[in-house]
Amino acid sequence: MGNFPTTVKHCLSYEELIQDYPWLARWLQEEKRALTHEYPEYVKIVEVGPRDGLQNEKEMVPTRVKIQLIDMLSETGLPVIEATSFVSSKWVPQMADHTEVLQAIHRSSHVRYPVLTPNMHGFQDAVAAGATEVAVFGSASETFSRKNINCSIDESILRFEEVICTAKQRQIPVRGYVSCALGCPYEGPIEFTKVAEVVKRLYELGCYEVSLGDTIGVGTPGSMAKMLHNVMKEVPSSALAVHCHDTYGQALANILTALQMGICTVDSSVAGLGGCPYAQGASGNVSTEDVLYMLHGMGIKTGVDLSKVIEAGDFICKALNRKTNSKVAQASGDYSVHCRMKKINT
Amino acid sequence: MAAVMRFVNRSRFGSRMGHQCLSLSRPAAVAKLVQDGASAGKTLPERVKIVEVGPRDGLQNEKTVVPSEVKIHLIDMLSEAGLSVIEATSFVSPKWVPQMADQVEVMMGIHRRPGVSYPVLTPNLKGFLAAVKAGAAEVAIFGAASELFSKKNINCSVDESLQRFEEVTKAAKEAGMPVRGYVSCVLGCPYEGKVSPDKVAQVAKRLYSMGCYEISLGDTIGVGTPGGMTEMLVAVSREVPINALAVHCHDTYGQALANILIALQMGISVVDSSVAGLGGCPYAQGASGNVATEDVVYMLHGLGIQTGVDLPKLMDAGAFICRSLNKKTSSKVAQATCKL
Repeated sequence: MGNFPTTVKHCLSYEELIQDYPWLARWLQEEKRALTHEYPEYVKIVEVGPRDGLQNEKEMVPTRVKIQLIDMLSETGLPVIEATSFVSSKWVPQMADHTEVLQAIHRSSHVRYPVLTPNMHGFQDAVAAGATEVAVFGSASETFSRKNINCSIDESILRFEEVICTAKQRQIPVRGYVSCALGCPYEGPIEFTKVAEVVKRLYELGCYEVSLGDTIGVGTPGSMAKMLHNVMKEVPSSALAVHCHDTYGQALANILTALQMGICTVDSSVAGLGGCPYAQGASGNVSTEDVLYMLHGMGIKTGVDLSKVIEAGDFICKALNRKTNSKVAQASGDYSVHCRMKKINT
Repeated sequence: MAAVMRFVNRSRFGSRMGHQCLSLSRPAAVAKLVQDGASAGKTLPERVKIVEVGPRDGLQNEKTVVPSEVKIHLIDMLSEAGLSVIEATSFVSPKWVPQMADQVEVMMGIHRRPGVSYPVLTPNLKGFLAAVKAGAAEVAIFGAASELFSKKNINCSVDESLQRFEEVTKAAKEAGMPVRGYVSCVLGCPYEGKVSPDKVAQVAKRLYSMGCYEISLGDTIGVGTPGGMTEMLVAVSREVPINALAVHCHDTYGQALANILIALQMGISVVDSSVAGLGGCPYAQGASGNVATEDVVYMLHGLGIQTGVDLPKLMDAGAFICRSLNKKTSSKVAQATCKL
């Protein structure tokens, strides 16, 4: 800077510029806002712990524990809690008590309680048990579809079509899921155009929302962005959600990427319940607590009370006799530190 | 750049300034400001330098003293994994940090791979001189953005610590030795709570003006989120060029990778991390600390960003140190990969 005349040096100083041109600071802020990321003001959290989380437990979880967990979650402000699954108890013994759970939970008026219904039989049982919202599960991978539900993608969608049509007649909203959106344990990388095709089909059949699942958590912000770019050509972002697994530690970064691209619904599981069945001992679902911590830290509203979710997570971990997978919950264990941290993140 | 053109075309600007100034300096100044804002946009660096802090920051937090030959072997394995910077040890008094008492033995025992730097911590002139004697070719100094943390951690105020470091940077300059600066508590302090981004910027600026070639911004207790990270980096990058900044994120609240991603989007291209996520958080019992190098590398490679790191060899190094410490890895990539 030594050889520049003083006037030029003056010009190059940010503070001097702002003093001379007060409008400049305001204008630059506006420009910066246009260039930086925009995030949704509100993100809807879909809590999948009681179903997707507990489904993966080897030991049978007592029905009263499931009910208490859901009741505790209903008090946290979560708007959607996936309560159970009306699949055959032969395939998923953990969910055999689906009717009992659905009938015994205390249903808060501010919360929706979707249940999984893989076919008409399950749908009818769900409705008989009082279900007011259902979900269907497709896959972007043929091999995964065959191994998981014993039929091709096309066959599964025909099955769902029946469910969705009937649900429509009864004015029961249907949520769709697409697994293996970022990779398949059998096929490896997945064509994102294929993901988009399956999502589009579910959406056009009548699913109000389609949740894109990174089933084995292999995705990174790079693949998340590419996949969403493809899917959003076919389905609006307002009808999409992300369901990220944290098996490779990428979930929060992937969720952040999705938010930057306009997604405003995120699935997560209290205490990170639900391991990855394809990698023994590896983690699975992203923890609701960790997602909330990030969103709240970014000033994004969720309507959820983090401390109450931590309590619910505490309860279920004690009941399962295991440690939480949530890093926020692990760090918050020291209460005095937790209080100081709370001051930072508000 | 369209923003700059709009700015240049504003007639009231033209009428207030002479044409000479308009064509020379103001557009350049504003272009720089807008660029700095735009660097908070969406392009990612092609290449990211990983600074591996496991052998120092990681092992320093271990309760049982790790044998020197284990430390040496770990550093040698990390050198083979393609890492270009490996923080080897710390020349602090063994009275305060017994884990690093074998600092000289480690420095002399490691195989120094060409092209790899092995910076060492030197909290004061005494430590610096001992480091030079032991053959160090790069040193690092640690400041804090929080007064309370500085007092509790190194028993002096931030200003006093910076004066101490000035002695080190002067001596290092004379010896032609590069110095890396660290600022802790950039996103929160275990004692003070919130930390002002301007305070962080001030401390970073002083370290940079003292001669540190790079300043690593540490989220010491991992409380930061992408919102706070953005705000802090905007403040710091007004005082220190982005290409002289690094981020050192702790994963105590699981936020590290998201924070690193935001930093990359803002133009940061140097990331500190620790193999196997070594190094707990001393402020929260049982909580995790450093972000795992394996998880960072997995994300960067997935984004198409080059690091020069061989992930399988890195995981071997992580597996080795975990076996030696008889503990599980904190890296999710390592956990998932071992079992698949």
